[in-house]
Amino acid sequence: MFHRRSFLHLAGGAAGSLLVAPGLVLAAAETERRFVFVIQRGAADGLNIVVPYADPGYARLRGALAVDPAAATRLDGMFALHPALKETAAMYARGQALFVHAVASPYRDRSHFDGQNVLETGGSQPYQARDGWLNRLVAMLPRGGDAAIAIAPTVPPALRGPVQVASYAPSGLPDPADDLLTRVGTLYGADSQLRGAWNAALDARKLAQGSGAKQDPAALGKLTATFLTKPHGPRIAMLETEGWDTHSGQDGRLATQLRALDTLLAALRDGMGPAWAQTTVLVATEFGRTAAANGTGGTDHGTGSVAWVLGGAVKGGRVVADWPGLDPAQLYEGRDLAPTTQLDALLAGVAGESLGLDPALVARRLFPLAGPPKPITGLIV
Amino acid sequence: MPPEHRPPEQSLSPAAIALNRFGLGARPDDAADPSFGDPHAWLASQFDRFDVTPPAWAALADARALLAGYQEQQRALRQARAQAAQPGKAERTPEQKAARRDLGEDIHALYRQAVQARAQSALETQAPFVERLVHFWANHFCVSVDNLPVTALAGAFERDAIRPHVLGKFEDMLLAVEHHPAMLLYLNQNQSIGPNSPAALRARAKPGGGGQRGLNENLAREIMELHTLGVRSGYSQADVTEFARALTGWTVGGINDDAPGDFAFHAPQHEPGARTIRGKTYDQPGVEQARAVLTDLARAPATATHVATKLARHFAGDVPPPALVDRLAEAFNHSRGDLPTVYRALVASPEPWVARPIKAKTPWEWTISSLRALGLAEIGTMQVATIEQQLGQPVWKPGSPAGWDDVAASWIAPDALLRRVEFAQRLAGPRAAQIDARQRAPQVLPAALSSATAQEIAHAESPASALALLLVSPDFLRR
Repeated sequence: MFHRRSFLHLAGGAAGSLLVAPGLVLAAAETERRFVFVIQRGAADGLNIVVPYADPGYARLRGALAVDPAAATRLDGMFALHPALKETAAMYARGQALFVHAVASPYRDRSHFDGQNVLETGGSQPYQARDGWLNRLVAMLPRGGDAAIAIAPTVPPALRGPVQVASYAPSGLPDPADDLLTRVGTLYGADSQLRGAWNAALDARKLAQGSGAKQDPAALGKLTATFLTKPHGPRIAMLETEGWDTHSGQDGRLATQLRALDTLLAALRDGMGPAWAQTTVLVATEFGRTAAANGTGGTDHGTGSVAWVLGGAVKGGRVVADWPGLDPAQLYEGRDLAPTTQLDALLAGVAGESLGLDPALVARRLFPLAGPPKPITGLIV
Repeated sequence: MPPEHRPPEQSLSPAAIALNRFGLGARPDDAADPSFGDPHAWLASQFDRFDVTPPAWAALADARALLAGYQEQQRALRQARAQAAQPGKAERTPEQKAARRDLGEDIHALYRQAVQARAQSALETQAPFVERLVHFWANHFCVSVDNLPVTALAGAFERDAIRPHVLGKFEDMLLAVEHHPAMLLYLNQNQSIGPNSPAALRARAKPGGGGQRGLNENLAREIMELHTLGVRSGYSQADVTEFARALTGWTVGGINDDAPGDFAFHAPQHEPGARTIRGKTYDQPGVEQARAVLTDLARAPATATHVATKLARHFAGDVPPPALVDRLAEAFNHSRGDLPTVYRALVASPEPWVARPIKAKTPWEWTISSLRALGLAEIGTMQVATIEQQLGQPVWKPGSPAGWDDVAASWIAPDALLRRVEFAQRLAGPRAAQIDARQRAPQVLPAALSSATAQEIAHAESPASALALLLVSPDFLRR
């Protein structure tokens, strides 16, 4: 198949030559390159996001839940994009977005919570690793802690770990008095658990001043860009999206979810301005959903799904897939899209290349427990 | 956050532990009350004082009328879609849109009223340890108010499925939870249909009705993974699917049922035949089949360990002490899931009485303990639902069936801390004229206040600043 060949070419033949010269890379990592990780909590349905319309199994398995290829945006001879993703389709057309299909973390059971734990900690089994891979990535940047921010009131597990990172989300409450802030600072300063979190909170508030941010997808995208474009602001950010667990009523719910994410990504792109050229966004979920529709207009927990890579430096306009096929014998355990690409390998390759770090070193640091994957490179300029 | 923390130096008295770690936070006169006495005895005596349906809960409006209204609107919409020129593309009429908006507002009003009832009973209870356990179980068996029907029913779920059984048997709580319309709707059980059931066969026989409705394994999986056995405890995908088949027919009564909005068993949707789950055959008829499975799940040793682990984490630290887990699991197994027996084993164990603070309060725990420390008797017009939303833990909305996390790393986070400071200031401002924080601090942290906190409170520039500082002090953020 076309996609199998193109994938093999990418991963095998050209891996060495696609690495950028190391000196250039490190200089860039000091300040200008940005990496954004967006998690889709709840197991997003890869098969209805990047639709394998040319696989005869798709329409058969999905029945009434199948996305109409005529309404979707055709990406190539095999795949089409969900019609709600208008801005994402525009980025794809400009060569600023690509998709990697049939990906999965090392996790093979079907619990959201274990699945998210593996995705975020980068272990090979749930609760094997304590810290998140994104925190280990922050540690690889020359600048350390203030280099990363979670756009949320709390820090998601992927960003938790020894390096203190910031978190911020818009609040509707009045600002505290200076005396109160000072005394709280004194008390928390003597408390090893509270000290770092408190300092990070004050820093993030300072950076967000005047952004007038709200909680809707467009505002969150813009807010993220506000942080990432500050001269000494964070260079790594993480955003959380929820609501992908579409056991029923999937058509409407998935479209709503995708429209929100599409809006957020477009607002981020627009907010970055010229810095979009040095920004890479990776969108991933803990696992996919059953290849067949279930009995209630939805899909149940599955395995392989799709990851998105977007940004000004992405060598986009393509779907990367070692496509396993949707025949009954080709499905994982007879029910799910079989995973053929390691999500860890993609995370290591994209994180490394987008920040100008050596992808092989990134793979070793981020995923030591899973047995470092061979990073997928050549996706970022 | 650094992963390793030195335990804070603050040292806690048994009274402070009973009031703040086991209870919902001290009220100003609690520790000095002569009836308080021995902390262990105070906790055990609460089993006789717990009020299952205090006035605020009793006054909660019935959700069923709203649910019936929702079902009726959905039915009308489905009908319009079926008759539309372009199948599935019917829009609501302006009147229908207005009716939907009104219904949504009514449902959210009922949700807010239920949150007020929950907060009010947490303020006035004579059994704060048992109220805390209600909150614990409501989170263990959580629903999430992500859509209108569950939003309407979430309060009724806690009142009717959790509260009556908090001092009963685990098995009875499990059965009440899995029969409750809130749970059946939240985890899609109301739509799951046996693929070979009479209803499915009839649907397939109709022209164009092929294979549209069938199994949904969501509830079956979460019962095994989250409510009973626990993840990675030895059950398989096949067990989940078989259990989902056994559960078919369990649904919520519609407008044509005897009891609309209540549990209903629709026999024509039940998958015929015996089921094999975890090596055992279940050949009971109809609704009894899944009930038999639930009973066995409630009594499985893995369930005892799962429940024991969560209780140990809630009361004895983020990393549950293995000896305590074993002891609680044994009490659970030995008593066939008699919850007061498990709670007594917990209170009698040394691990939850460690004299340093071992748990970070969640936003809910922190809010309730703050209001109790300020001596509030009535929740009044304070909008608790909005407060918890701002603090990052909207009530009954964890967004996933696993419920809220019970570890410090989830709640000691940069922005979350700053919001508590903001909210503490708003709470303290209007009350600082009546409350001297220097006196209040040792009352609510009896023989447990650190000297650093006492000093900062004493030197604050204003009474309001001092009182807010008490609420956000490291001493008060933990239990």
